[in-house]
This record gives sequence, structure tokens and C-alpha cells, in this order.
Amino acid sequence: MVKLKVAILGSGNIGTDLMYKIERSDYLSMSVMVGIDPASEGIQRAKARGYHTITNGIEGLVASPELFDIVFDATTAKAHLMHSEKVLALGKQIVDLTPAAIGPFVVPCANLKKFVMADNVNMVTCGGQATIPIVYAINQVADVEYAEIVATVASKSAGPGTRANIDEFTRTTAKAIEDVGGAKKGKAIIILNPADPPIIMRDTVHVLVNERNREQDILKAIEDIVQAVQQYVPGYRLTSAPIFNGQQVSIFLEVEGAGDFFPTYSGNLDIMTAAAVQVGNEIAKQQHETVKLN
Amino acid sequence: MKKITVLDVTLRDGSHSMRHAFTEQQVREVARGLRKAKVNYFEVSHGDGLGGSSLQYGFSKVDELKLIEAAREECGESAISVLILPGIGVKEDLKNAVKAGAKMARVATHVTEADVAGQHIYLSRELGLKTVGFLMMAHMAPTSVIVEQAKLFESYGAEIIYVTDSAGALLPHEVKERVAALKSHVSCEIGFHAHNNLSLALANTLAAVEAGATYVDGSLRCLGAGSGNTQTEVMVAVFDRLGYETGIDLYSVIDVANEVVAPFMPQPQEITGSSLIMGYAGVYSSFLLFTQEAAKKYNVDEREILVELGKMKAVGGQEDLIAEIAREIANHKQTVN
Repeated sequence: MVKLKVAILGSGNIGTDLMYKIERSDYLSMSVMVGIDPASEGIQRAKARGYHTITNGIEGLVASPELFDIVFDATTAKAHLMHSEKVLALGKQIVDLTPAAIGPFVVPCANLKKFVMADNVNMVTCGGQATIPIVYAINQVADVEYAEIVATVASKSAGPGTRANIDEFTRTTAKAIEDVGGAKKGKAIIILNPADPPIIMRDTVHVLVNERNREQDILKAIEDIVQAVQQYVPGYRLTSAPIFNGQQVSIFLEVEGAGDFFPTYSGNLDIMTAAAVQVGNEIAKQQHETVKLN
Repeated sequence: MKKITVLDVTLRDGSHSMRHAFTEQQVREVARGLRKAKVNYFEVSHGDGLGGSSLQYGFSKVDELKLIEAAREECGESAISVLILPGIGVKEDLKNAVKAGAKMARVATHVTEADVAGQHIYLSRELGLKTVGFLMMAHMAPTSVIVEQAKLFESYGAEIIYVTDSAGALLPHEVKERVAALKSHVSCEIGFHAHNNLSLALANTLAAVEAGATYVDGSLRCLGAGSGNTQTEVMVAVFDRLGYETGIDLYSVIDVANEVVAPFMPQPQEITGSSLIMGYAGVYSSFLLFTQEAAKKYNVDEREILVELGKMKAVGGQEDLIAEIAREIANHKQTVN
């Protein structure tokens, strides 16, 4: 099967980490890194690994459509609006890692296949990628009336973009808890912890289910989904057994990253790039199927 | 005569002690009392700020917007403040609070994370609110870092910057050093918020005022998280004796504390072994009731949980750690025995 050629927009931390993960994909091949700063580490690293580099941003990219089949946008929500328009005009798909959320939310393990043929798909947020699989899994066995997630990340792993737009994080995550997780009402809380050495990303999911006595089914659903997420984020795990209290279930997770470009404590960044690669793989598979059918 | 603005936080910090179950009637009565005492500002919000109603912190019994509206109807010349923690509350919550009657916004972050507050501080100024930057857990960072973070708040447009001793862990000389440094490095007014876990709330408040703070927080009968805050009515009396002008009527503020607040307090705001340890180990004061519950459930010593939280450098809002730690301690004990 021919791999899809990837362009990464944004040569910052996320874009650079994504590059390493794409190198390991059976369905995607890294082709071009696009930035606006020739001196950026992401551009330097991409060049050193023999990839094309473009340093005049989206303009340079749209001028070389032969270099890519699919774009991963790791810039900012504001820039994404313009990027999306230009990439779609070329008839290519774009995976959005910013909180712009123009396209449908995709969380592998929950709704991977449903939307990947959309022109533009959005990866929600790191907290969403870490917690929505759990909400979704519980909702398959007991209706979730309310789901609340608390993502605690190391201060060092929250970049200036996240910090300046913390409201977008909470609102987007809460919405995706409902849209993708299936909760009737969603809420998201993010906490930055500056402890040194930095803490590994922690996520707590509290849900209220409308049925009692479903402990065994819920536990099984949680275990299965954790294993499913571990397929692409090996450091995703429960830190202790879920706590049941009447209608409430609390689930405690931590996410250790693969350490590709980020330090391993930045599981929040790692799960975003790992999930984006899952989406890219699925797009490649489905495009392949479509070609075969034609 | 030097002027000091005393801001009463009973209807916000007290929400922790009340397990976020203030009724509209209670809020109306407290607001009326504070108005009569001529308290300029008082705060009404969920204990964890706007949008704090949650499984993590406890659901509000009555929607905080209803409580703010009720307070507005009673507050006369006094103005209502709201607290918002970016990451918990969102801009929409602040807009709604303004519609309900808020005139001041206090935007709170952990002492090293001021840069998450930019969008909320800008909005607060846009909405015409008196705008405060609130640096929580101020014992966890050296003075140089506090100054740097305060400058960020100032650059976003904060008019007042608070040194917030959320754990009640600071000693008077540490308060003085922090407030004095802010006073000389930023042009905002400086405020101080105390917790009484080491019985130093009033001493620390005086140290802050001596170092140049002009806004100080208190709660009636100390109704606040942990061992509560500086006791508003006591502070008013002390400032009077020291020759500071608060504009507050002493007898009226004593009346609202004892006739209105005291009867509905679930327990006296004593310094118990656990709240003492919070101050000693530097733990966020609103962890207290959650720690007591977890200790009971898993049959472990509250103090062990608190010391562990201190060691982990838990920050405000990490209530989800408490049950997990309690269970780990319990499991560990079983293994050892």
C-alpha cells in the first residue's frame, strides 16, 4: 500500500514530536515540515532527517502541492482557519491539532471511523484525548448523565498557546465529552502544577451514571478501553482502581509519553500527537479502500 | 489616617466550610448585615470560584448566579466581588456574574501560573469591573518569582494584586517580604488574603498592612476553608485601635457575625490538628473536609494524608488526589501489618 505523504504545518514542539511518530507509521510517510522560522528546532531536525522544509508558512506549502497528500496543522486556532481554507482548496484533507474545532471532533477508540473522511477533523484537546475514551466506554454500558474531567499537567508541558487560551481548552473539552463521549452534560477542569521534577500528566474522570449495580460491566469497559488506548499510547494507565460511590464513578489515570521529542512527563502532548497519527492512519486506510472500490 | 479596604469573603471562602450549600436566605441576611456595617466589598461565588460547582469540589446547592443576584438586591452601596480560577471558570461565567450584579473580579492562579489569567483580566477590564490578580499558594514561590508573576498580572491590566496565603503557611516576616517587594516593583495596589491554620491570620494581615498592603480579606467568625480567614470583625476592631480607617461600623459587623453567621455555621472554625498540619505542611486549605472524609472512609490518619499532599506539592484544585492517597496509605498499612 502506498503511504500518504504528510505535511506538518508548524515546526514547534507538537509538530516536531509528530514527525517522529509519523516515521513509525505503516500508512504515512513524513514528507515536509512547514514553519516560519528557518532557525526553529523543528525545521532543523526535519532537514537533518532528510525531509523537505518550507519556511514561508502556508504560502510555501500551497505552492508545492506535489509534496503532500495530507496536512497536520500544529499551529494555532487562529492560523488554522486560514490554513484549512487553503488546504481544502487543493482538495486535500487536514487534521487539526489546534483548538479551532472547525471540523468534527475525533477521538480514536470512540469515533475514529465515523468522521475520518471529513475534509477537516479536529483532535479536541490533550485532556479530551486522555479522558473521553473512558467516558465513551462507560456510556456504552451505563448511560452517563454527567461527566467531569480534571486534567493536571506539568507547568513545563503547557506552552504559551495553551496558557493564553485556557478557556478554549475547557470549553472544547467539555463539548467533546458530550459530543464524542456521549455524556448528557460535560465539564472540564485543567490544573497546572509547577512541581519540579515535573509531574506526569494525571487525569481524573468523575461520572454520574443513571443505573446502579453495573460495577462489573463498568470495570470491564474501563479495562478494555485502557488497553485500546495503550495500543497507541503505551504509557496510558490507571493509577489505581476506580472508586464507586452510589451513582458516581471516579477513574484515576496517568499518561506517560513515549519521549520522542518531549520528555516523558508530557503525556498530554504525546497523546495528542499519537492520536493524530491514528487518525492519519485511518484516513490512509479509508482512502485506499475508496480507491480499490473505484 | 491611613485607609484600608477590608473585603469580606464569608460568602465565598465560607462556601468551603458550608460544603457549598449556602441558601438564598443566608446570603440575603449576610449581605444585609455587611451593607449595614458599610463593608465596601464582599465576595459571593462557589468556594472554588465561578463555575466551581462540580463533583471534584462539590456541587452548589443553589446556583451561584442566583446567590449573586440575591446579594445584589440587598447590598446597597456595598459592591459584590466574584472569584474566578482560569481552568475552572470561563469567560462566559464572568459575563453572567456581571449581569447578576458583580462589580469586582478577582482572577486567581497558582503563584507561578499568572499567564493563564490574561484573557480573563482583559475581559474583566473590558466589562468595567474593578480587577484583581490573585496569586494563590504564595508560600510556594520565592519573592522574586512572585514579583515576576505580579508584573504579568499588571501587564494584563490588574489594578490590585493579592498575595494569597491559601495554605495559611506564611509567617509574618515572609508576608512582609512579599508585600514589600510587590509594593516596590509594581504600581498596583497590593492585597493580602490569609488563612488561620497557624493562628497567624491577623498577625500576617497586620504585617501585610505595615508593608504597604491596602486591601485585606476577612471572613465573619472566620468562616472559610481550613481554619478560616482573618476574622473580619476582629480585624475591624484592631485596625480601629491602630488608627487605620476602614469605614466599617464595628458594632454592626460584630452583629452580622454573631447574629447571622454564627447560627448557621456547621462547626466552629477551630484550629484542629488537621488544619494546623495544613499550615505546617503547606496544603491548600479547602482540602480539609475532603481529607477528613477520606481519612474516615479508609481509616487512616488525616495528618498522614495532608503531609503526603504537601510532599507531592499539590496545588489548589487537586482534590482528586486525596481519596487516592488515603487509599494508598491504607493499602500500604495492610501490607506492612
